[in-house]
Amino acid sequence: MSVDTIVSFEEAMEKYDPVLGFEVHVELNTKSKMFSSAPNVFGDEPNTNVNEVDLGMPGVLPVLNKAAVESSIKIGLALNCKIAEYCRFARKNYFYPDTPKNFQTSQYDEPIAYDGYLDVELEDGTVFRVEIERAHMEEDAGKLTHLGGAAGRIQGADYSLVDYNRAGVPLVEIVTKPIEGAGSRAPELAKAYVAAVREIVKNLGVSDARMERGNVRCDANVSLRPHGQERFGIRSETKNVNSLRAVEHAVRYEIQRHAAVLDSGQPVVQETRHWHEDTRSTTSGRAKSDADDYRYFPEPDLVPVVASREWVEELRATLPEPPAERRKRLKEAWGYSDLEFRDVVNAGVMDSIEETIAAGASANVARKWWMGEIVGRAKVADVDPAELGVTPQIIVELNGLIEAGKINNKMASQVLDGVLAGEGTPEEIIEKRGLAVVSDDGPLLEAIDAALAAQPDVAEKIRGGKLQAIGAIVGGVMKATRGQADPGRVRELILERLGVQA
Amino acid sequence: MTELNNSLIHQSAAALSAKLIAREVSAVEVTQAHLDRIADVDGQVNAFLHVNAEEALAVASDVDAIRAAGGEAAAGLHDLAGVPIAVKDLIVTVGQPTTAGSKILEGWHSPYDATVIRKLRAAKMPILGKTNLDEFAMGSSTEHSAYGPTRNPWDLDRIPGGSGGGSAAAVAAFEAPLALGTDTGGSIRQPGAVTGTVGMKPTYGAVSRYGAIAMASSLDQIGPVSRTVLDSALLQEVVGGHDPYDSTSLSDPFDNLVTAARTGNVAGMKIGIIKELHGEGYQAGVENRFNESLELLREAGAEIVEVSCPNFQYALGAYYLIMPSEVSSNLAKFDGVRYGLRVLPKDGPMTIERVMGATRAAGFGDEVKRRIILGTYALSAGYYDAYYGSAQKVRTLIQRDFDAAFAQADVLISPTSPTTAFKLGEKLDDPLAMYLNDVATIPANMAGIPGLSLPGGLADEDGLPVGIQLLAPARQDARVYRVGSVLESLLEEKWGGPLLAQAPVLGSSSTIAGGSK
Repeated sequence: MSVDTIVSFEEAMEKYDPVLGFEVHVELNTKSKMFSSAPNVFGDEPNTNVNEVDLGMPGVLPVLNKAAVESSIKIGLALNCKIAEYCRFARKNYFYPDTPKNFQTSQYDEPIAYDGYLDVELEDGTVFRVEIERAHMEEDAGKLTHLGGAAGRIQGADYSLVDYNRAGVPLVEIVTKPIEGAGSRAPELAKAYVAAVREIVKNLGVSDARMERGNVRCDANVSLRPHGQERFGIRSETKNVNSLRAVEHAVRYEIQRHAAVLDSGQPVVQETRHWHEDTRSTTSGRAKSDADDYRYFPEPDLVPVVASREWVEELRATLPEPPAERRKRLKEAWGYSDLEFRDVVNAGVMDSIEETIAAGASANVARKWWMGEIVGRAKVADVDPAELGVTPQIIVELNGLIEAGKINNKMASQVLDGVLAGEGTPEEIIEKRGLAVVSDDGPLLEAIDAALAAQPDVAEKIRGGKLQAIGAIVGGVMKATRGQADPGRVRELILERLGVQA
Repeated sequence: MTELNNSLIHQSAAALSAKLIAREVSAVEVTQAHLDRIADVDGQVNAFLHVNAEEALAVASDVDAIRAAGGEAAAGLHDLAGVPIAVKDLIVTVGQPTTAGSKILEGWHSPYDATVIRKLRAAKMPILGKTNLDEFAMGSSTEHSAYGPTRNPWDLDRIPGGSGGGSAAAVAAFEAPLALGTDTGGSIRQPGAVTGTVGMKPTYGAVSRYGAIAMASSLDQIGPVSRTVLDSALLQEVVGGHDPYDSTSLSDPFDNLVTAARTGNVAGMKIGIIKELHGEGYQAGVENRFNESLELLREAGAEIVEVSCPNFQYALGAYYLIMPSEVSSNLAKFDGVRYGLRVLPKDGPMTIERVMGATRAAGFGDEVKRRIILGTYALSAGYYDAYYGSAQKVRTLIQRDFDAAFAQADVLISPTSPTTAFKLGEKLDDPLAMYLNDVATIPANMAGIPGLSLPGGLADEDGLPVGIQLLAPARQDARVYRVGSVLESLLEEKWGGPLLAQAPVLGSSSTIAGGSK
């Protein structure tokens, strides 16, 4: 495996303008497969979720899954596409053992959805419109595992295993038009585009959208042209880039590699490339030319798909609010700053915060709990924050206890630990752990006097009006009371003791 | 149809049904009689690739037990329960091998039943076995079977037609009263014509294709093979109807086919002769019998008109682009990876491509390879528009020709095949001559309309059967049965019995009374 020369990204950008294109495959989460009644389930024993249709047995015929068509139309609508009133499937003929019929039933020149766009928001808020060429339906192939050779590739393998559980899983392939004008933000845009598609299909509920399971898979096309040139350069297609970070890195790497090739005066080879996460680089795959001949022809075993306008409008009416619009609405409603909101979104707790607010918490309280307490614990537990086991009701209850002065923030955090450890309700945990706030001023005053005596210079400063110095005394009191004091009350008492008006 | 004699094997399915319902005979007796006949004559005919005696007798015995017990279960039995049937070996069956007449599927057992088989089982019709065919149904003589040719019961040196020569010969040789065939370009009708039997290609979508190993998906259709028109109607009623496993199967109910066959009447009907489907290129004896049928229909009150279908001249050419194109894709699955034959390359690297290549090279016969290559070429980039695309346009023109013709006539009529049965080997080295056998049957497949072939008599020059083809608009299957049954009775009246009564006696058994020439 030869190592490709690359130039720095900045150098590449000085000379060249990148043009991108994406083919994103989305596995639909329908109950059964695209053309058979076998279950569409991930992770089962190999070759158990198959029937004679999925195995391409002699004599079988496909029957189109209506739910898959509905999901496809929904995806098309969410991508602002036109929906074809009439479209057909076609056979894409090629011999490969992951395709049981040695042809894939796909759509060729009659996609169900076409001519759309997706507005993609980059991290700094810049919105970039990506034009969608088409979204078409097809079936997934089986999964091959090559054993005995190098790098899990079929070339040189001793033998290969094939699992047809995935064969026939419904797919929607979303193809962009060439994306021009992204410039140095191309890698970032690549990641943001795939993230946006993933978010849309998840939001629609039509896909589990888990990239690590291959529910969303991206083929990234990259080409470069010298600045000022209109004609596109020769592209490479990096296959199956299956994480958002990898999409960004793969596009960046290919830009750097293409630039080096072009700098050397060589033409870029039109080919597929394989992404390697370990080396963060691509290697040459199969040479691909536009002359690849799949001998497409209309699938004679299926009748055309007719999507009446009434049906399309019915489906449109069921679409959820688009994620970008929803984010905009929630940010305004909650009054978070740009940074606060971005952190919430990146931490994946926007939905949880929305539910917590709905359960009665204020926007700031909800954010404080999710971002301050729960996200960190989820990270340690290696689960999604929403899956940690904290319900909005618990947050509302804990917050109520704080506001009632029964516990302070620090105690509330301990109560939360108790809840997650299954020790009972917050009230029970406060009781068991003896976490009530010390409300008798007697012991507090003793601690305050001790703290003031220990730091007479600080006490003097406070008397002199430097109220910001009070923190040191409060800290001493809190330490002495093992955090069981209410810092607000401590502060009041200190000022009272020193005869200072706040 | 007048019965040949009282022997159980010479009965029509309708007659057997009546005797079984009346409990004059048992299903086991009927089934055993046919199994005995197979044992007696199939060494000569080679209609069967597999005989399913044990299961057939078990089903028959079940029917007898239900009838003997009486009550609701007996009343609920299908009229054809206990009437045995043979099945073309292109249709998959659990419990019996399915070979498609190919080495590539030798010994393969399907894990599932075709929809038509499920329906036969539901009707409790004993399945006698699987019949021979040209490999993957590609041929007009059954000589392309990897398991040896089937012989025509009328003359064992002649072909029984194809691809369904096994089903037609089995019925003609009284080895089965009924059979299932498949018809892509004439594979039910042309064997029917040359063996003196009845064969029906229903409207495309009238019978589920699920479990019929696909040759050309847009043309294939399963249909009945029998000795009488009524029997075909009875069998189509059993196997037809919408199937959720076949998207192309039709949902609308058809007019009752059996009623149509029983109440045939042609008075006042317009019957159209297709100018392009007789005359030049048709054997004189075929032409004579055809004219004779026209005369009988005219006498029975039908008006004979002439229609022209000018685009039929392109039908054969277009068919030989569309059919192989679909073949090239449908047969791609036979690669040695999942089932069937697997052949490893003798030398060189052991790659998946080379195993697939070696398997297909060894497993497919020449005619299959010829069509795969033809179809692969026709679908190739740069040729698609000129070949497949143009052929689809011709297909539309043929459909329009039919539309225009059916505006002038209720049914159309033609000889089924230009010639009577030819000698084994005569056209084996001349594919084009072989393909011409289907010139009159292909248009119906291209348009998806129903077509029936029934015996029209014997050609003067060779004394071999001639077939008459009746065509009707899509979904009007009842109409061909209605006219077919009338023509059948007019002809049998003229012959003084069924045509097969004139066939030579086969087999060692001397107990067969009828059937001498």
